[in-house]
Amino acid sequence: MPDPERPEGPAMYDPVGPRPREAVSPTGQGGPMDLAVEGGESLERPPGPDTGPREKARSLWSDAWHQLRRNPVFVISSLMILFLVVIAIWPQLIASGDPLYCQLSKSQQGPEPGHPFGYDTQGCDVYTRTVYGARASITVGVCATLGAALLGSALGGLAGFFGSWGDAVLSRVADVFFGIPVVLGGLVFLSVVTSTTVWPVVGFIVLLGWPQIARIARGSVITAKQNDYVQAARALGAGNGRMLLRHVAPNAVAPVIVVATIALGTYIALEATLSFLGVGLRPPTVSWGIDISNAAPQIRNAPHMLLWPAGALSLTVLAFIMLGDAVRDALDPKLR
Amino acid sequence: MGRYVIRRLLQMIPVFIGSTFLIFFMVYALGDPVAALFGDKAPDPATAARIRKDLYLDQPLWKQYLHYMGQIFQGDFGTAFNGQSVTDLMASAFPVTLRLTIVAIFFEIVIGITLGVITGLRRGKSIDTSVLVLTLVVISVPTFVTGYLLQYVFGVKWGWVRPTVSPDAPFNELILPGIVLALVSLAYVTRLSRTSIAENAKADYVRTATAKGLPRHRVVTRHLLRNSLIPVVTFIGTDIGALMGGAIVTERIFNIHGVGYQLYQGILRNNSPTVVGFVTILVIVFLLANLLVDLLYAVLDPRIRYA
Repeated sequence: MPDPERPEGPAMYDPVGPRPREAVSPTGQGGPMDLAVEGGESLERPPGPDTGPREKARSLWSDAWHQLRRNPVFVISSLMILFLVVIAIWPQLIASGDPLYCQLSKSQQGPEPGHPFGYDTQGCDVYTRTVYGARASITVGVCATLGAALLGSALGGLAGFFGSWGDAVLSRVADVFFGIPVVLGGLVFLSVVTSTTVWPVVGFIVLLGWPQIARIARGSVITAKQNDYVQAARALGAGNGRMLLRHVAPNAVAPVIVVATIALGTYIALEATLSFLGVGLRPPTVSWGIDISNAAPQIRNAPHMLLWPAGALSLTVLAFIMLGDAVRDALDPKLR
Repeated sequence: MGRYVIRRLLQMIPVFIGSTFLIFFMVYALGDPVAALFGDKAPDPATAARIRKDLYLDQPLWKQYLHYMGQIFQGDFGTAFNGQSVTDLMASAFPVTLRLTIVAIFFEIVIGITLGVITGLRRGKSIDTSVLVLTLVVISVPTFVTGYLLQYVFGVKWGWVRPTVSPDAPFNELILPGIVLALVSLAYVTRLSRTSIAENAKADYVRTATAKGLPRHRVVTRHLLRNSLIPVVTFIGTDIGALMGGAIVTERIFNIHGVGYQLYQGILRNNSPTVVGFVTILVIVFLLANLLVDLLYAVLDPRIRYA
C-alpha cells in the first residue's frame, strides 16, 4: 500500500467505527466487532457503506480514464469508431452515389476517376457500397452487444448474487447455449427467417451471446460480494437491493464492460460470417459480408471487389477489439 | 475423483437434452421438412400426409423428440431424405473433420503457447508489441477472408499447396485449411498464455525457484508454464467443440467434405435427420471435451482436488 493513503485510513475509519458497535452491541457479541475494525484498518479502505465504496469506485474509474487518455491504442481506436459511427449515420457525407445504382456495362472494372475502388460484378460502385456497408455492421454490433450485455449481466449478476437453485438453473441453461456451435446455430435458426431487416440477426446474436456475458458477470459478482465492505454492509443491515446496486455492481461491472467491448467486434465479424454463408442480412441491405461473399468466387479476376469490403470489415472489428484491450488494461490494475 | 466424474456425467444429461431439443425444435418446428422434399412445387395433401405419418411428423413435437432420441440410443440416426443413412454420412464426414481439428489444435498449441511464453517473458519489449499487434490483426480479419486470401496466395498464385482438398483429405492437404481454421484461436491462445505468464512471472514461487539457483529454462517450463497453462487449457478444451462445428466456413472454402460441409448441405436442403444427428454428436463431443478440461485442471494444479 502506498504511503499517501496512510493518513486517510484513520480519518475515514472514524465515522464508520461507531456503527458496527451499535449494530453489534444489542446481541452482546464482541468478536464480530473486533473483526470488522481489524479488517477495516488493515485494508486501509474502510468499509464505510456511504462514503467508502463510492470514493473507491470514482478513483478506479478516474484512474482508468487518466490512463486511457494517454494510451495511443485507445485514442486511435476511439477515433476510428467515432468515424465509423458518423459514417453509419450519415454515409452521404463521404459517398455521394447510390449504393443500389449499378451499371452492368462496368462489371468488375477497376478504379476510375470518381470511383476509386472500381466496380463489382453487378457494376455497382465498390466505394459507395463499402461506405454504406458500415451502417448494417455497426447497427448489428451495437444492438446485439447492448442486448446481450443487459440480459447477460442482469441474469448472471442475480444468479451470482443470490446463488442457490437459480444459479444452478442459469448455469445449466448457459451450458445448453454453449453446447451449440454459434455458426451452426445461426445457419439453422436464420435459414428459416425470411425477413430482410437486421433484427433477426440481432436477436440471434443476443440469444447465443448472453450466456458468455452472464458467465463473466456471475463470476465477477461472486468475487465482489465476498469483499469485506460487502460483508460490512450486510452486517450493517443493508438490504439485498441496496447491496447489489451500491456495493456489488459498481465493483463487478468492469469485466463485463471489457468483455462486451471485445464482443462487439466479434459480433460484427459473426454477422459478416452469417451474411457470407447466405443466412445473415439479405440483399437489399448493403452489407460487407454479402459483398465479400459475392466477390470471393471472382478473386482471380477482380481481387479489388473482395479486398475493399474485407479491409473495411477487418478495420472495424480491429477498432472495437483494440478499444476493449485498452479498456481492459486500464481497468485491470493487476497488470500494471 | 470417480464420484466427481459420475456427478459431472449426470449433470451433462440435462444440458445434452436441452441442446439437442433446442436444435430439434429449430429444425422441425421452424422449418417444414416435408414441404422441402417437394422443392418449389406444392405438395399433394394426401401424399404429404402419408409422408408425415411415415416420418413420425404427425405427432406432437415432444413425442417426435422422444421417438428420435429412442432411435439414436439404438444406434439408428435415421435416413437422410436422399435415402443415404445418416450413419454412413457420419462415417465419411467425421474422420475428415477430426483430422482437420487435430491439425488446427496442433498449430494452436505449438505456435500459440510458444509465442505466448516468448512475449509474456518480454512484456513491453518490441517483440511483445509486434506479436500483440499481429494477434490483433489476425483476430480482426474474419476466417472467410483469411481463408480466401491464403488459398489464393498459396494455392493459386504460388502453387505451394493444392487450392482444394481431395475427398480423402489426407493430413498433408489439410495443413493450410488447418492453419486457416486455427488462426483466430491461435491468436487467442497466444494472448491468453502471454497474460497468464506475465502475471505469474512476478509470483513468489518463481522468485523462490530462481533464488534456489535453478536454470532459467527449468523455472519457465517446470514452474511458470505449468501454473500458467490452466486458462489456456480451458480455452483449447472449449475450442475443440467450436472448431469441429465452426469448420463450416473453412470446409466450404477448401471444399472439404467433412462435418461442416454435410451440415451446410443438410441445412440448405432442409435435410432434418442429417442436421439433428450431426449436431447431437457435436454436442456430445463438446460436453466430453469440457469434462476432460476440468479433469486436466487437477493434473496441472495439484491444489485442485475433486472429491
